[in-house]
Amino acid sequence: MDLSILSYQFMQNAILAAFLGGIACSTVGVFVVLLHMPFIGVAMSHAAFAGALLGLWLGFDPLIGAFVFSLGAAAVIGPLADRGEISPETSLGIVFSLALGLAFLFIGLMPTTRSAALDLLWGSILTVNRSDVIFLAIVAFVIVGLVILFFKEVQAVVFNRNIALAVGLPATFILYAVLFLTGTTVTVSLRSIGGLLIFSLILNPAAAAYQLTYNMKKMFLLSAVFGVLSGWIGLFFSYIFNLPSGATIVVTSSVIFLLAVVLSPKRRVKQWRIKRVAGKQ
Amino acid sequence: MENPIIGIENAVVSYRDEVALGGVSLDVKAGEFVGIIGPNGAGKTTLLTLVNGLGKLVSGSVTVLGKPVTGSNRHELRKQVGYVAQVEIIDKRMPISVREVVMLGRYGILGLFRRPGKLDWAIVDETLEMVGMTYLANRPIGHLSGGEQQRVSIARCLAQEPKIFLLDEPTASLDWKAQTEILEMVKRLHNERHLTTLFVTHDLDALPHTCDRVVLMKDGLIIADGTPDKLISTENLSRLFNIPELVVEERRPHVHRRES
Repeated sequence: MDLSILSYQFMQNAILAAFLGGIACSTVGVFVVLLHMPFIGVAMSHAAFAGALLGLWLGFDPLIGAFVFSLGAAAVIGPLADRGEISPETSLGIVFSLALGLAFLFIGLMPTTRSAALDLLWGSILTVNRSDVIFLAIVAFVIVGLVILFFKEVQAVVFNRNIALAVGLPATFILYAVLFLTGTTVTVSLRSIGGLLIFSLILNPAAAAYQLTYNMKKMFLLSAVFGVLSGWIGLFFSYIFNLPSGATIVVTSSVIFLLAVVLSPKRRVKQWRIKRVAGKQ
Repeated sequence: MENPIIGIENAVVSYRDEVALGGVSLDVKAGEFVGIIGPNGAGKTTLLTLVNGLGKLVSGSVTVLGKPVTGSNRHELRKQVGYVAQVEIIDKRMPISVREVVMLGRYGILGLFRRPGKLDWAIVDETLEMVGMTYLANRPIGHLSGGEQQRVSIARCLAQEPKIFLLDEPTASLDWKAQTEILEMVKRLHNERHLTTLFVTHDLDALPHTCDRVVLMKDGLIIADGTPDKLISTENLSRLFNIPELVVEERRPHVHRRES
């Protein structure tokens, strides 16, 4: 195989973007999966998409629009998730559909070519530039750093917020921090992965890791590995077969998830329990 | 009365338009074991949440361990208050082990940026031993039965080394054997650790028989407060649960009438 392609700047950017985006998204995904709030990612990524389109339409930086909109979504989702007394899914559904509605409204209002809009929807990792990569690097670095620094707080909050509160941890603050990080990750990954598909890169690697381990640290690690693998393998297929990169990345991450389900030791929980009971007698 | 460890004065709490506590006062001395009994919706849980600063007062005041409970000191306060709730459904696949769950109890005391050290793990292992869960220490928490999970919750509280122990229907939904075992354990630990314990339940059978004191609650108010043999009477139970005295006697023949 001809490896000279790796010497091109655009390919290097793409490989870096896949690596950094894979780590950032899959780390955020662990929160989303363990908090049992998968819809958070969906609602937020579509809000970011709508915000970016507003930016395209009115002529300011789409990333600023995306950031503001995803934080807006976080401000709506936060109190719902925090109170936890009603199922937040209904309200998240409304946030999601509003975001999608606004997105297509902005597309409709745009006077000129819509290819830039479609790029934000599908993502195109092969056209990310150096500044995108730098943004991704900063966000990935901050997220991983925060998880390492606050691992015990994170562990307590995703296990049970009430217990975290009861032992004296600022659980509400941590929850909002997680939402903020999710919004930031979605924003910086928008251009490479795309608003429609980014959610899969958040959910799938973490969901796959969830099938494979009972240790939260390992889950973060596995999720990051799966995230990066999805990005790189997806990028490879996208380049070889000239396919949209967002799509190949998402399909790859889904295949990894399916493999994890098939190989999951957690499906054998019941047998373990039976063995233990038998062993005690 | 000597300085109470918990002092609640004229507390009013409401959730939206519903009054959960309508002016409740309660003083608890250090070392007391107080059972709080009442039907569902009487405000028992709300009363507990005032003690660990999770509840929000509309009016009145709460003093715990000599300090008024305010928004700014409630995280500090909670580190000294252990809280065990009802059995909760835990995801079977939750990636956290029994030992790690017990360690959560120490996270508040440890504070930010500090990792659990050898001493912390030693304390965790000791408390697991006390509740008889050492043999399950490395299992995922989601694999345990309800009774086992409550033992782990109690171990988590003990690992916190609290001064006050709050239990909110800890035996609800457990079978009779698990229930009696948990009750005995709570009482034993209360004595060994010199705790001040508030034990909430709607189920008279789930009250440790050796409570020093019983508080009866109904409709957000304390309707009686005293020793168990004085208070657990046909008359009071009838008033508490809105059932005729005759029915109470039929169902609980060993409860004495106050007149007799």
